[in-house]
Amino acid sequence: MKTVKLIAGLALATITVSTFAAEEVNVYSYRQPRLIEPMLDIFTEDTGIRVNVLYAKKGMLQRLKSEGANTPADLVFTVDIGRLADVKNADLTQAVSSDVLNANIPDSQRDDGGHWYGLTQRARIIVASKDRVNLDDILSYEDLASDKMKGRVCTRSGKHAYMIGLTAMMIAYHGEPKAEIWAAGLKANLARKPQGNDRAQVKAIKEGECDVAVINHYYMFNMLNDPKQVPWAESVNVIFPNQADRGTHMNISGMAMTKYAKNSENALKLMEYLASEKAQKMYSEVNGEYPVQAGVEWSDQLRMWGEFKRDEIDLTEIAANRGTAIKMMDRVAYDN
Amino acid sequence: MPETGAKQNTAPIRTVRMRVDLWQVGSFLFAALAALPVLAIIWLALFPEENIWPHLISTSLPGYLKSTLILMLGVGVSVFLTGVSTAWLVTHYEFPLRREFEWLLLLPLAIPAYVIAYMYTDLLEFAGPVQQLLRSIFGWELARDYWFPNIRSMGGGILMMGLVLYPYVYMLARAAFLEQSPNQFEASRLLGHSQFKSFLKVSLPIARPAIVVGVALALMETLNDFGTIDFFAIQTLTAGLYDVWLGMGNLGGAAQIATTMLTFVVLLLSLEYFGRRRQRFYQSGQRFKAKTRMRLPGHHAWWLTLFCAVPVVAGFVIPVGLLVSLAIDYFDESWTPQFRLYAFNSLLLSSSAALIAILIALLISYTRRLNRHSRTMLVVSRVASLGYAVPGAVLAIGVIVPFAAWDNWVDSLARQWFGFSTGLLLSGTVFAVVFAYVVRFLAVSIGSIESSLSKVSDSMDMAARTLGYPAHKVLTRFHLPLIKGGILTAGMVVFVDSMKELPATLILRPFNFETLATYVYQFASDEMIGESALGALFIVLAGLVPVIFLSRTISRSNVVQTRRETL
Repeated sequence: MKTVKLIAGLALATITVSTFAAEEVNVYSYRQPRLIEPMLDIFTEDTGIRVNVLYAKKGMLQRLKSEGANTPADLVFTVDIGRLADVKNADLTQAVSSDVLNANIPDSQRDDGGHWYGLTQRARIIVASKDRVNLDDILSYEDLASDKMKGRVCTRSGKHAYMIGLTAMMIAYHGEPKAEIWAAGLKANLARKPQGNDRAQVKAIKEGECDVAVINHYYMFNMLNDPKQVPWAESVNVIFPNQADRGTHMNISGMAMTKYAKNSENALKLMEYLASEKAQKMYSEVNGEYPVQAGVEWSDQLRMWGEFKRDEIDLTEIAANRGTAIKMMDRVAYDN
Repeated sequence: MPETGAKQNTAPIRTVRMRVDLWQVGSFLFAALAALPVLAIIWLALFPEENIWPHLISTSLPGYLKSTLILMLGVGVSVFLTGVSTAWLVTHYEFPLRREFEWLLLLPLAIPAYVIAYMYTDLLEFAGPVQQLLRSIFGWELARDYWFPNIRSMGGGILMMGLVLYPYVYMLARAAFLEQSPNQFEASRLLGHSQFKSFLKVSLPIARPAIVVGVALALMETLNDFGTIDFFAIQTLTAGLYDVWLGMGNLGGAAQIATTMLTFVVLLLSLEYFGRRRQRFYQSGQRFKAKTRMRLPGHHAWWLTLFCAVPVVAGFVIPVGLLVSLAIDYFDESWTPQFRLYAFNSLLLSSSAALIAILIALLISYTRRLNRHSRTMLVVSRVASLGYAVPGAVLAIGVIVPFAAWDNWVDSLARQWFGFSTGLLLSGTVFAVVFAYVVRFLAVSIGSIESSLSKVSDSMDMAARTLGYPAHKVLTRFHLPLIKGGILTAGMVVFVDSMKELPATLILRPFNFETLATYVYQFASDEMIGESALGALFIVLAGLVPVIFLSRTISRSNVVQTRRETL
């Protein structure tokens, strides 16, 4: 009986959904649903447009490519400039021009041709043990490779997009040979084989396995919101690197409209909504990310860390160096 | 052309031929469908964005190969020893709780490898209870103050995978030991061989086809695993494949690595096949009396209980206990209304996949039996099994490419001739997901059913055919009852594996569609183990139902049949 009810309920739910959701927009997302759902929910509430999401990391690009002109996807959400560049380079996006988007998103955070737009910024910060690290010893990414840090640094896999982004930035500033010396130096300073995500590195500092780690800033935000992880977060100082020169390396999460979007009007509405002050503020409050829109009020935690100098380098330059960076990580045997 | 007068003579012969052809045509068709994704991958391998090999060979390839070999060797030895020894004990010895251990030993199969890896890391890492206790006893403070084995290592990986993969060997070996007539074993004992020697010389070789299938399945799972090796930072070929694909954006290069791995597996399997091609063992069904099990004197039998308890406790009780306590801690965050829907999705997809995989495996295995000297049918059955040797995410690409090509072709035809668009018919549907499951796990069902079928004597078919039964009746009336255990095993493993399957589900599913595995992954991928615990627990529980059902059916059918024989 229960099963029958369940099936009947499901059937009914399906019918209801398809009857009332004439207005919709379809999203392929590299970002976990729990990170974007709050914004999508209020969008649906405010506009009546239903947002359908498919979340996947591996193979999303191939699915989009193979589906070609018949793809149901209208928008792609992703983190990391590299993936945005990949979608654009595969000729799967279309140019979008909108006064709202242009007004809300600074030049540096969007594609010149309007093929992709940044939504939030994430800082690649350094964290250092409060007990064991002299803050003057670690002021920049370059310092991670210095002799003082021998056997004290922890990072995640060198092949991860965030580490590749960082290495690509070093290549952009120092050129390949010097960047490789830096990568080899960092590798030589590692306290353990690269493993775990950014959060796991902070935990390792708390546990005394290492003293210094490089992580994305919102992991600190997440840990401070999880009672079990607060002690990890509180065992470290947050350092925004390279304040004396080019500034802290920033990456973005962003969105792009697919070339063959069927619901392009609704898709544009969603894009503009996510760039609006309301949604931008939510990004900073829910996920602890930095809004791209200037003047949007930051969450308490972000305000506490305060203003800092951001690296303003053109992100497409970072994207262009990724291939070189990943091979470099292989050459210095970073993960072995 | 035969004359019309001869109709009555030729008709039956023609019917028989027609049927035989249909069996073969069906087998070819389904094997071709199952091989489609693999062919798509080989095709992709022809068009790499860049030749990756010079770079790989000069940098990471030797490391990848080394860790892959060590991991496979370690897991292979571990699953063989655990699986065969426990299967032998529960079939040939009497000890306390033996009947319970028959099914308890299957339980770890329900746990995805990455979940057990997470749980043991939680238990054994620095912040975990074990090390906390040690620190409070000895007054240590930091990790550098003392030495403790690191679970996130090659050894840890071998241990974890061995714990959840040994049931493949246990299950198939036990079925084989149960189907073995005790006569040969008794003969060996009468000839003066010790219990252990008789096991080595008689029972083990007869069970070899089944054991080899079990070990091969476990090894292919090992080769494909990404969740565990990624979490433990073990640099296997699969890790390299993902680097090339996602890091370097070189799908063709990744497909080349996948093809290389595939060749490796095919070589391994054919080596095994040629090794035993001259051996043949038949049983005449279950026509033997109930087995008498050995009893050890006095309390010594408890040692056997203890021996069987180790893999169950380590592979199931401990990780599930941890999972339960985490699920309770995070219950409020995890228990949402959608939860039942996700569970329902998982059950529906997995059971469909299991059913289809059984039917196709029966068709192919039986056709091979009908054409037992045909090399072609051997190739067909091996080709249909290839999907198991490909990592899930790569296989998914192998599904996407041909499905989307077909959809777009149909769409363009419809536009051209009828002026409307059909859109995507197969891509991004539940059908694509089930298709991927079947392709991925068909090897499991073919392996299990073929090894069961191979033990039914040919004389059974000959007798039945001589009596005028057509081929399909021989299958349904004579073979099916005999190989019921093998069929159930096949269905169960495909079901459980599909429940756990993640990468292909993620990328092939429709919009807004979650299974338990994708739900768990959302959190687990961010190392938010607490939030994912409840979902993981449900996967384990759902996997348990068929495990228990199956082992009860196997033992009951055994009892019933022996009883029938005695009557």
